[in-house]
Amino acid sequence: MCTMIANQAKIWGSGKGTRGWFTLREVNVSYDHPFNLSLEHALNIDFVNESEGPGARVAVELSVESARQLVHTILATLERAEAGGYLEPTENA
Amino acid sequence: MYQTDMYEGMLAETVAIQGYKGDVINAYSARPLGAGPFPGVVLIHHIPGWDEWYRETTRRFAHHGYAAISPNLYYRDGHGTPEDVAAKVRAGGGVPDDQVVGDVEGAMRWLRSSPSSNGKVGVFGTCSGGRHTVLVASRVKGFDAAIDCWGGRVVMSKEELTPKQPVAPIDYTKDLSCPLLGLFGEEDRGPTPEQVAQHEQELKKHGKTYEFHMYPKAGHGFFYYDRAAYRQEQAMDGWKKVFAFLEKHLSAPAKRGA
Repeated sequence: MCTMIANQAKIWGSGKGTRGWFTLREVNVSYDHPFNLSLEHALNIDFVNESEGPGARVAVELSVESARQLVHTILATLERAEAGGYLEPTENA
Repeated sequence: MYQTDMYEGMLAETVAIQGYKGDVINAYSARPLGAGPFPGVVLIHHIPGWDEWYRETTRRFAHHGYAAISPNLYYRDGHGTPEDVAAKVRAGGGVPDDQVVGDVEGAMRWLRSSPSSNGKVGVFGTCSGGRHTVLVASRVKGFDAAIDCWGGRVVMSKEELTPKQPVAPIDYTKDLSCPLLGLFGEEDRGPTPEQVAQHEQELKKHGKTYEFHMYPKAGHGFFYYDRAAYRQEQAMDGWKKVFAFLEKHLSAPAKRGA
């Protein structure tokens, strides 16, 4: 079914789409039908820049286990960087 | 039944129609060549968007003798690949029900205004389009048959209601104005067999004409040949039921197809 479960956050970064690199301004996270992954539902992440139109999008479709693993991996990486004193404060985030 | 010495032709193209509040949106139209008269079908696309499967299916209805049209319900959300536009709509929680109802009504009026129309129009939708089919057939007069293929969230909890989807389609059952065909899979989690049974009870309660089929060993989207959910046997039987239902309720179209 279409769950319509979706959340958005403002972000700042850079993503590589079909037209090359562009500035990322939003991330859309949904648990709904994926376009390509062979699952009825997936954890879908779209890194986008809404001001540049629907094509400014880097898409990822993950199984639930993979999505949880990604979250743990990101947090573990940031914790290690923070412990080493490497984190850089950013004004745009 | 198609015979090999028959002439066959089709016109398929993108057209502009007036939808909700008179907005001009684009739509994909396919109809047999000839004077008709042809019964019409409006196709309501699914949450993955106004995609190739829907344009192919629009042509499939034309191949079977129907003037078919599939409005682009995501027209207002910008243009790009169907996936990119659909991803944007998915992130925004879908399109408003009122807007869909207006756009589909506009497509129905466009079909009825054609000199080749036989005066009857059906509506067909899968997934979110199945839900929209139930909604439109209840809120708009002018349809003669409706086909809901595994539409989820026809039954909705209060927590699922949003400003864009403020009313569960099942709550409009008393207003359903045409016969309804429903095709579902036993393994679907939305709608679940229990939700389908609940919808059926409501249809019975209000004395509506309906025909529901629950397929074993099938889940959500079992017509989609490009997805793992495809179930050949169930899909082919489902298509037979679709065309038999339309022929019964939209009067006999030209004998074609197969």
